[in-house]
Amino acid sequence: MKITVAGKIKEYDDGITVAKLVELENVETPEYVTVTINDEFVESHDFENTTVKDGDTVEFLYFMGGGQA
Amino acid sequence: MAFTNEQLERYSRHIILKEVGAKGQKKLSQAKVLIIGAGGLGAPAALYLAAAGVGTIGIVDADEVDLSNLQRQVIHSTADIGKPKVQSAKETMEAINPDVTVNTYHTFVTSGNVLDLIKDYDFILDGTDNFPAKFLINDACVMAKKPFSHAGIIRFKGQLMTYVPGQGPCYRCVFKNPPPKDAVPTCKQAGVIGAMGGVIGSLQAMEAVKYIVGAGDLLTGYLLTFDALKMEWHKVKLPSDTSKCAVCGDHPTITELVDYEQAECDMKK
Ligand SMILES: [Zn+2]
Repeated sequence: MKITVAGKIKEYDDGITVAKLVELENVETPEYVTVTINDEFVESHDFENTTVKDGDTVEFLYFMGGGQA
Repeated sequence: MAFTNEQLERYSRHIILKEVGAKGQKKLSQAKVLIIGAGGLGAPAALYLAAAGVGTIGIVDADEVDLSNLQRQVIHSTADIGKPKVQSAKETMEAINPDVTVNTYHTFVTSGNVLDLIKDYDFILDGTDNFPAKFLINDACVMAKKPFSHAGIIRFKGQLMTYVPGQGPCYRCVFKNPPPKDAVPTCKQAGVIGAMGGVIGSLQAMEAVKYIVGAGDLLTGYLLTFDALKMEWHKVKLPSDTSKCAVCGDHPTITELVDYEQAECDMKK
């Protein structure tokens, strides 16, 4: 199936979970990433039991702290 | 208030823009913007806002200029080392544009002072480097119904979003709670490319100016991210349902400001 991950179209196996996608996409600090599918949040406790479907748009949002000191 | 000939010339490149015009320039001269953090993000933002003729600019920062700041904090010079950043920033801004009134606050933002700091300002820029301050600024702006620009930079990456009350998600809608101390690296630990502050801090100034003059679309409901190594921008649409947010939602559970534990980075003293 084809899904859009962080703006890029990618090919993944059907039925892939958010948890697996986080792993395969090499998400940095996976414990603290915010995930959205089709502009809706996926709670982190649902990563294991949420599957991504053909045509879905997945985004990873990261904490970014710097700026001042 | 009419513009002097000198001001008409100074702001001529603004006034000629149909989105700004004399009317927009006048709005800028009457606007009050608060910049929290006179560092990598706040430095370029302060320079552009002063140059743009924003009438009153407040700057909050507890630190003094350090040699390691000068790689990116372009508002400060070598001769300013040891000087409070707010003082150094004020001197540079006034040298660029004597029209601007600069208010300095030589302090950290805390739950005790943040509402008082933001209350007289129309737009807030978060240029801080740590999550406790970022969540504090978010919550205070939500509670006081103030629009603000959030931004973060690290290594070769940067991102920003804009919050306007009632027009989309806040920072906490997206990121819920600060990560545990040291779980996510800070600039001091991980480094940051100097020009990243210029890229993202300038965009924060851009959002402030657009908000004030009412031009175009703001980054409300979006997180704009930039990867300099790949030279890629990505504008992420954020979920529009804010009803469950702990601070801006329908039934907020955070009704008082919280001082989270400060990250390593700003405990240096
Ligand atoms: Zn919110």
